[in-house]
Amino acid sequence: MIPFRYQHANDIADAVALAGRLNDAQFIAGGTSQVDLLKEGVQRPTVLIDIFRIGLSEITDLQGGGLSIGANVRNSTASDHPAIRERYTAIAEALHAGASQQIRNMASMAGNLLQRTRCPYLRDPAQRCNKRDPGSGCAAVEGFNRMHAIFGQTDEGAQSQRTCIAVHPSDMAVAMAAHEAVIVIHSSTGERRIAFEDLHRLPEHDPSRDTNLACDDLIVAIELPAFNGTSHYLKVRDRASYAYALVSCATAVEMDGDRIASARVALGSVAHKPWRLFAAEALLQGERPSEELFRRAAEAGLEGARTYSMNGYKPDLARVLVARALSETTGLTPLQGPAGTAFAASVGGIAGVIEES
Amino acid sequence: MSFTESALKLFHLGEGPPDRSKRFAAIGRDLPRVDGRAKVTGTATYAAEWPVENLVHGAVIDSEIARGTVRSIDDSVALAAPGVLAVVTHENAPRLASYPKKGAGFPLTGEGGLGEVRQPLQDPTIYYGAQSIAVIVAETSEQARFAANLVKVEYDVQPPELDMDAASWTTRPTEFSGGEALQRGDESVEKALEGAPVRLEREYENPIYHHNPIEILASIACWEQRGGKDRLLLYDTTRSVDMLRDVVCHSFGLPLDCVHIVSKFIGGAFGSKAWTYHNPLLVALAAKVAGRPLRLEWRRQQVWSIGGHRPAQRHRLRIGAEPDGHMRALHHWTRQHSSMISGYTEYGSRMTKMMYAVPELGFTNELAHLNLPSPSVMRGPGFLTGGWALETALDELASELSIDPIELRLRNYAEIDPDTGLPFSNKHLRDCYDRGKERFGWDARHAKPSTQRIGRDLVGYGMASAMHPAAQQEASATVTLHADGTATARSATHELGNGSYTVFRQIAADGVALPIERVTFDLGDTTFPKAPPTHGSITTATVGPAVLDAATDAIAKLKDLASKDRASPLHGAKAERIEARAGRLHLFGDPATGEDYGTILRRAGVQEVTGKADVKPGLERMRYAFYSFGAVFAEVRVDSDTGVVRVARLCGVYDCGRLINPRTARSQLMGGMIFGLGAALTEETIFDPVNGLPVTRNLADYHVPACADTPDITIEVLNIPDPHIGELGAHGVGEMGTNGVPPAIGNAIFNATGHRLRSLPYTPDKLIKAYRHG
Repeated sequence: MIPFRYQHANDIADAVALAGRLNDAQFIAGGTSQVDLLKEGVQRPTVLIDIFRIGLSEITDLQGGGLSIGANVRNSTASDHPAIRERYTAIAEALHAGASQQIRNMASMAGNLLQRTRCPYLRDPAQRCNKRDPGSGCAAVEGFNRMHAIFGQTDEGAQSQRTCIAVHPSDMAVAMAAHEAVIVIHSSTGERRIAFEDLHRLPEHDPSRDTNLACDDLIVAIELPAFNGTSHYLKVRDRASYAYALVSCATAVEMDGDRIASARVALGSVAHKPWRLFAAEALLQGERPSEELFRRAAEAGLEGARTYSMNGYKPDLARVLVARALSETTGLTPLQGPAGTAFAASVGGIAGVIEES
Repeated sequence: MSFTESALKLFHLGEGPPDRSKRFAAIGRDLPRVDGRAKVTGTATYAAEWPVENLVHGAVIDSEIARGTVRSIDDSVALAAPGVLAVVTHENAPRLASYPKKGAGFPLTGEGGLGEVRQPLQDPTIYYGAQSIAVIVAETSEQARFAANLVKVEYDVQPPELDMDAASWTTRPTEFSGGEALQRGDESVEKALEGAPVRLEREYENPIYHHNPIEILASIACWEQRGGKDRLLLYDTTRSVDMLRDVVCHSFGLPLDCVHIVSKFIGGAFGSKAWTYHNPLLVALAAKVAGRPLRLEWRRQQVWSIGGHRPAQRHRLRIGAEPDGHMRALHHWTRQHSSMISGYTEYGSRMTKMMYAVPELGFTNELAHLNLPSPSVMRGPGFLTGGWALETALDELASELSIDPIELRLRNYAEIDPDTGLPFSNKHLRDCYDRGKERFGWDARHAKPSTQRIGRDLVGYGMASAMHPAAQQEASATVTLHADGTATARSATHELGNGSYTVFRQIAADGVALPIERVTFDLGDTTFPKAPPTHGSITTATVGPAVLDAATDAIAKLKDLASKDRASPLHGAKAERIEARAGRLHLFGDPATGEDYGTILRRAGVQEVTGKADVKPGLERMRYAFYSFGAVFAEVRVDSDTGVVRVARLCGVYDCGRLINPRTARSQLMGGMIFGLGAALTEETIFDPVNGLPVTRNLADYHVPACADTPDITIEVLNIPDPHIGELGAHGVGEMGTNGVPPAIGNAIFNATGHRLRSLPYTPDKLIKAYRHG
């Protein structure tokens, strides 16, 4: 670990001012992912500004039926919050299906969105990684790429300074994408709101940047717009709990009678950001739910996927998940566990839970 | 009468009837671990936790290439950093003798040897990625770790060799660890294979696995000059204090009495923390340079290279059989990798050579030397992966011939060991199959694959045989009876979660006829009577007899004191007429004529009497083949679209002699089964295919099974004492549970889906691929 200074911010203005004034400053909240990166020498701030004491830990109703979640609300508080569980089910399910209870107890909601990729090459300073050391290249394209992107990646070869095929690791962010959350930001220029789609970015020509935030941008809240439908999250992973997704899928569907008024579908672990399937969504709108429709939507959504030596399974798996998540969201097939829990979200369920045949 | 026969008549260790005076009261009892409370309350002292004055701390720098040489190391900035005392590299480290050829009787070097022959920090050659190339010594561990970032290393890089099949240096080692043959087979095997009416040839592959005990490698090295000699006190995570002492003494050129190694608690090992790695030597070297006691804990990120691993292997099984399933010929070919500086050979055919009654048996074990770290033993070496290949191939044969998998195994049941031709000492595998069948409910299995469904899940049942050698080695112990009516037993064995503190206390207590509360057992110290490494599931069957015999010797000495003492009611009594019971000696059949141990000792004017024993396996090893056996059953649920596998139930029935403590044995077996479940479903280590550096470097990426992966586990042990392994009749159980679990799960996946996976672990992507290609 590289030595750094550590200080508390007293309030939002203080935090933003400190970040603007100090070079190479970083905010820290729960620190569950960030401290690992500090230890590995992947992140090398000179100052850590602790924002955990400035509040931002309330969940409040918004006028018009939405919900505002403070940036510092703990993941475990949000995952068990009745309004989130009932109205934004996919978010509760994604939270329950992510990390461990101990980590969720510590991790903040904004921090969850800002966690960095689990690409193993980011975490080893001996390896080439354009995200960690811009210009060093990308070891993943010719190396271990089983977990890596199939959409939106930049691949100009292992030597290129632009290449990055990493994926965003957050489960919750995928559910937030399906719910079209709004990110509330404070900075030196005041408060602004950005669409969830504009928070994370693709690597494009600069893989070192995960998001579109400036260094003194502080997320203060996540706003969930009013939602009158059903949402759901499904996750496939190598181990039954405490593992990052191979592929995950979030759906948020609003019905108008027996027809789909609007459907939003996002995939996790397939791109540098939560990946919305706009083509699939367009295909669903106005249609009656059916297995056949959902299969077509999945096909449309997965068009253009580009795979590597070890992740050729991802499009197939993603197609299954999209169709299954839509089917379970619209009630064509039952959920595999109570809505809003890890049991509903975890494909394969828990070992040893024996059902009656 | 031949010489051997007459020798066998004379030699009856382990053969004779049990001593009628000995009562097993504590032995066989279901008792909690005596050290459980200390462990869960944090008062058990692990290697890195010993309080040592004037301690300094170390951090290790790893090579960033897998092959080449260190051209230069610039430590000027690091040396100027706060708290830094020294940077120890190959340029300034004291010279060590070359790596010893043998340790505790095992060959450490050469093809088939167990060790990594490179001594640390002696030269600039890089043989594998993340090889330890320097140690920073500083006042605090944070300062040392920070300064490690400031050292600039330049390399001359060569392209690493990383492909097992394209390796330029391959060998066929002759013997595993100096004992078991690694090659066998001739024309007759080939002929029998060719002539068999049914032939099956299949290839299987397993990945690299890492032990990943929760306690990482650590040492504290304290040098002092006393009596004009250099002396070393080394606290280490080792599970082989005596063997490590031999290696340290050899390397530093020190007499045995100048090196003292202590290892009181080990936070798991599973085959790591052996004698074969340079980590303790590296710490001792750096402490010598620093001139102060040095503590060094490796980081989790570093143990992927320097802590050993189970190598990746490819297996080719060839079976020639009759249409009724009787095997006529069986050949097991294995290729695996080792490093450029180790001849360690994971013995793929270790189960194949002895499991079934096949007249023509052959095997080949090939080694490909690569620029990967040195592999090592890991729980169930050879059995877990080679046994997986064998037991999967048998399931394939059963399926091809439409024979029930248990029936196929019964048709090939070995009454004598096909490897040695000797009868088995204590084999009741038929009972394991029978009990397992019943406990698991095997009869509900659908013989036709892919015919049982619950919702979206396909349901499958699978089974496999399991085995492990019931080996023994030499060991010594002392048991001391104290005048206060207590006893202490000692042997330089180890506690790594196996329950040593508990079971040897039980054995000592019965040996001296005292309640278990009045007996203690101590271990993990080179000043104690010698014991072998804690490996190969030998410990109970090796140290147990030493403790029991030492206790018997202590009682014999006490009887002698009493018999010679005119004031004793036992004066003049022959030892055979005296019985020890509940802390008293008395005449057989006459409990009133006797007295307690303390009285005898006090009247003799001594505080204590110590019994000693040195035991070793005898000629019974020439008469019998010693193995434990088991039958493992699994039920799986396989998602028919995503390929996600969950194990719904696991059941293991084992035949491993007498249980000293059913609770610790069950815990060992269960841990082993979960270990096997991890190998089957979730665990895999990746090294970069281009640059050879470890890619899997943490427990987020290396998936040890979580509770949610682990189903209800049914364990039954036959608990039939082995009449030929000594009075205790016990086998070790440490590794037994791992074997058989991966093939039982894989065979259940086939039964569920009709897809045969021949590559571990069974992750969803492999089933998706199978679904896609039908």
